[in-house]
Amino acid sequence: MKLNIKYFGMIAEWAGTENGELDFSGTSVAELRAEVEKRIPGLNSASYQIAVNHVIAAEDTIITLGDEIAILPPFAGG
Amino acid sequence: MRYARHIALDEVGESGQQKLMNAKVLVIGAGGLGCPALQYLVAAGVGTIGIVDGDTVNESNLQRQILFATSDVGRLKVEAAKERLNGLNPAISIAIYPENLSAENALEIIRDYDLVMDGTDNFAARYLVNDACVKLNKAFVYGAIHKFEGQVSVFNFNGGPTYRCLFPENPQQSQIPNCAEVGVLGVLPGVIGTLQATEVIKLILGIGEPLSGKLKLINLLTNSEQIISFTRNEEQVSKAIEIDLSQSYTDESCAIQESILPHELVDWMEQNRSINILDVREAYETPKLNHPNVISIPLGQIPHRAADIPIDQALVVVCQHGIRSQHAIEFLKQHNYPNQLINLEGGMAAFHHHTTA
Repeated sequence: MKLNIKYFGMIAEWAGTENGELDFSGTSVAELRAEVEKRIPGLNSASYQIAVNHVIAAEDTIITLGDEIAILPPFAGG
Repeated sequence: MRYARHIALDEVGESGQQKLMNAKVLVIGAGGLGCPALQYLVAAGVGTIGIVDGDTVNESNLQRQILFATSDVGRLKVEAAKERLNGLNPAISIAIYPENLSAENALEIIRDYDLVMDGTDNFAARYLVNDACVKLNKAFVYGAIHKFEGQVSVFNFNGGPTYRCLFPENPQQSQIPNCAEVGVLGVLPGVIGTLQATEVIKLILGIGEPLSGKLKLINLLTNSEQIISFTRNEEQVSKAIEIDLSQSYTDESCAIQESILPHELVDWMEQNRSINILDVREAYETPKLNHPNVISIPLGQIPHRAADIPIDQALVVVCQHGIRSQHAIEFLKQHNYPNQLINLEGGMAAFHHHTTA
């Protein structure tokens, strides 16, 4: 399924976009994490959370077509 | 009458204004986020305000840290802030702590306040604020920024989620961008710090819906805003309660590398000790160090200008706060720098504070 993903902060810079489309064949957030880490260099060593439909998701959350995905790093700056 | 427009609000009124006057709020960090928040909190009549910051005002702060005047450059931020805020509202009692939050002082300082606003600028400080507030059962209002984007939330409020519930891991130091190298739109901390002040005032008054369990995200370039929900994670709360601050928030890199304090460097300079000094700050950063053997190479240029660094005597590496200098030392060690490498702890900000105190 095609998923729309919003990237934030430095992860948007690494992904080269703030709104990306991803062809995803898995079902869980854990699988999505593995998939985006394959595509975005540096992400596997970064700290970030995945939100599904505006809620921070657990690794076993099931993703379905049309879900809104956000990939959020913490910001340090002040 | 000063608070007439507050009192005219049903949600505030005389009793709300009295709640504000009775409140004690600690603002940690008088930087981009702290400056606008402090102005609104003082103007709103929050009766007691503490400000924690060990830094001095740098010219490059003025683009966004609107509490400070050009004539404040080189002064302690907390002193310049207090002076300005006293002028804004002399009825407010302002306590200043001219030191950065640390494992040693965090509990002692935070203990005296009802509510904390996190305006720090690095992950170690943010986790320290979280862990200390969770230990003391204080709510805190979080704000953080990156270029054009900001985040705001309220943590540890009435049994709500904490910072670790949202972001459990403390990102590795290597992931942290160099503070002087990352740009930030000057109004961004104004927007985010003002939202933090709003949450502080709402919490004091007990009105509206606080951002507890909610992370507000704002992008000023795209004008997009959204709110992400999250829940309390008892395992992460326990981690904060159980963590030994003095074990977890020591500066590890300082422990391995040799470092000196500002007053030691002053002694060394007076004794004409044989050292070279490498200043890794950008050309615009002040104050400059007055020493015959100073070479200035900004951190980013060190990889291709390493050959310019003298090797005949021990090298003291300095920057503004002692962080970039550690990165430079790491790089030079990896590239087999043949002489002793010494970090100036606290950087030129601490050195300047020491020499002018």
